[in-house]
Order: sequence, then C-alpha cells, then structure tokens
Amino acid sequence: MKKKIIVLISSGLLIASFFLGAYIYKNQQAKKYGFMAQENASTFVRNYSQTLGSKDARVYLVEFSDPACETCSAFHPFVKKLMAENPGKIKLVHRYAPFHDGSEYFVKILEAARKQGKFWETLEVMYNSQQHWASHHNPKKHLIWEFLPYAGLDIEKIKVDMNDPEIEKIIKQDLADVKTLNVRKTPGFFVNGKPLQQFGRKQLRSLVESELKEMY
Amino acid sequence: MTSLKQLINKNWNIIFVCWLIASTSALGSLFFSEMMDFPPCALCWYQRAFMFPLVIILLIGLFPYDKSVIKFSLPLAIGGLGFAIYHWLVYSGFIPENLQPCSQGVSCSEKYIDLFGFITIPLLSLLSFSIIVSLLLVLLRRDYR
Repeated sequence: MKKKIIVLISSGLLIASFFLGAYIYKNQQAKKYGFMAQENASTFVRNYSQTLGSKDARVYLVEFSDPACETCSAFHPFVKKLMAENPGKIKLVHRYAPFHDGSEYFVKILEAARKQGKFWETLEVMYNSQQHWASHHNPKKHLIWEFLPYAGLDIEKIKVDMNDPEIEKIIKQDLADVKTLNVRKTPGFFVNGKPLQQFGRKQLRSLVESELKEMY
Repeated sequence: MTSLKQLINKNWNIIFVCWLIASTSALGSLFFSEMMDFPPCALCWYQRAFMFPLVIILLIGLFPYDKSVIKFSLPLAIGGLGFAIYHWLVYSGFIPENLQPCSQGVSCSEKYIDLFGFITIPLLSLLSFSIIVSLLLVLLRRDYR
C-alpha cells in the first residue's frame, strides 16, 4: 500500500514538474524574444524584407514562411483576414524560411518578382497553385512557370533576375535569423517580437489582439 | 523470513529507482522535443525506443515485485546503452558524423544544450542507461547468489 503511494506521488511529481517546467520555459521564451524585439528589432524586420500594410501600423506580424509549405498557404487567407479586420494597424513582414527541398528556387522567383513590384501578387499565385507543383511525393518545380503569368509578370525578366547573387545573400540572412529566433517550423509567427507559442488560428488571433490592445 | 522480506524490499527499491530514472529520462526527452522544439535525431529515436518501454515494464515489475522484471528490462537497457555510447562518441567527435547513419535530416552531432560546459543531451542519456544497467546487474547477481 505504502509502495503504491510512493509510486503515485513520484508519478504526480514527475508530471507536475514537466508541466511546470514547460510553463516556466515558455514564459522565459516570451520574455526573451519580447526583449529582443526592442533591443534588436532588425532580427525580425530586415531592410530588404517585404512588408504589407500601413507604414504607421504599430503591430508587426512577422511571418517566417516557405512558398512550398502547405500550412503557410492555408494560413495566408487567415492572416489577410486578420489584417482586414484591423485596417491600418497591422503590418505583415514576410521572411523566408525555405525548409523544403528546392524551396530556394521559388524564393528566387519571388525576389525577381519584387523587382517588378509584384511580390505579393506572385506569392498569392504560388500559394494558390501550390498543390500542382509542390506535392510532397512528386514535386515538379518547373510547373510553376505555367502559373506565373497570372501574377502579371514579365517572365523573361524573371528568368534573368532570379540569378542575381544578391538574392542568395537575402536567403542566407533570413536563414541566419531563423536560427537566432529558433524558428523550426513554418509558418513561424512573431507579433511585435513575441513568438506564437501554440500554433493555431485562435492562438494567433489572441496574440495579435493582445498586442493591438497594448499598442492602441 | 524477515531477511527474505527485507531483501525483497531492497530489490523493490532498486527497481523503483530504475523506474524513476527511466520516467525522468522519458519525460525529459519529451520536454526537449515537444516543449523546446529540438527535433530528435535518428540516434535519439533509437534510444527513446529503448527508454520508453522501460517505464512500463519496470512499473509492472513493481506491483507486485517480480524478479523476472530484470530478465525483461535488462536487454532493453543494454540496447539503449549501446546506442547512447555510440551517440556520445559521435557527439564528442570521436566518430566522424559522415560515418553514421543519420546524415540526412537532423544532425546527430548538433549541440542543443550545453549545461556547465559538459552536460549535453547524449551525456544525460548515457548516464541514465548506465545507471539503469548497473542497478539491474546488481540485482541480477543478487538473484543468482
């Protein structure tokens, strides 16, 4: 009987310390990155980073994403909806985390499209056509070219611009920031430097809303 | 009669300690992967495959105390120890990474944690498995005496 109690108590203690540890760790992380946002905001937003939304917006929604990531594509409309619900208050910052094999190819196309001022249009086209060229078992990256004209791009110019060595530097810098900020999955969200701890629409919404409350 | 009871109690304590170590290690590894988002590499998974069942098997051996638990848990612990030694060698650089099987995906030699300059995740695993194996061997010897 005594033995059973000992084992029960130790199990309880082990599990409790697991969750207590988790709680403390997550709190610490939130503090750490919140602090970094003020100290070192450039880790979250580089000069070259593409942004969407009013330039006076006080809530920076930084998204580390990959053009070939299904969840990023599925999440994109929700992010835009959040922005539409709070007009002028949210600024979306796009960062690259090309984790999938061959994703850098699409990052290069996006950067080339940026030179034509069509970054967001191209991203939209990529996300919408993703299922045709980014299937896990049968990736066909050349198929993207069939869809790119829908973004209104000068395709011949893209093919030249995407080889710009500057793009490699951007990818390298973003990947370095991915490491600094400990982004291990895409999409990785930070709202004013605070990481989204639990992935999900509801969680992202509540994080954004708590920042909105603080900033406005 | 009392001495036999005492011996059984002592043995129970040893298995209990083993179970405590195994549970702590299992939960700890889950903490690293689920809470801290460290992706487990292939070698880590092999060690988990040996550590997780130990938690269950040792617990069953405690109620009521059954000495055959040694027979079932020792092979698991030794298997895990083998992987832990190998992993630790890879991690410390005694074995070059390209000679071992997990060059794709997550690197087995990437350092995630470095407490006080020497406590690393593979070292923790090595410690847990060594202690469990040693304790079980002590029990085994006692059993055959």
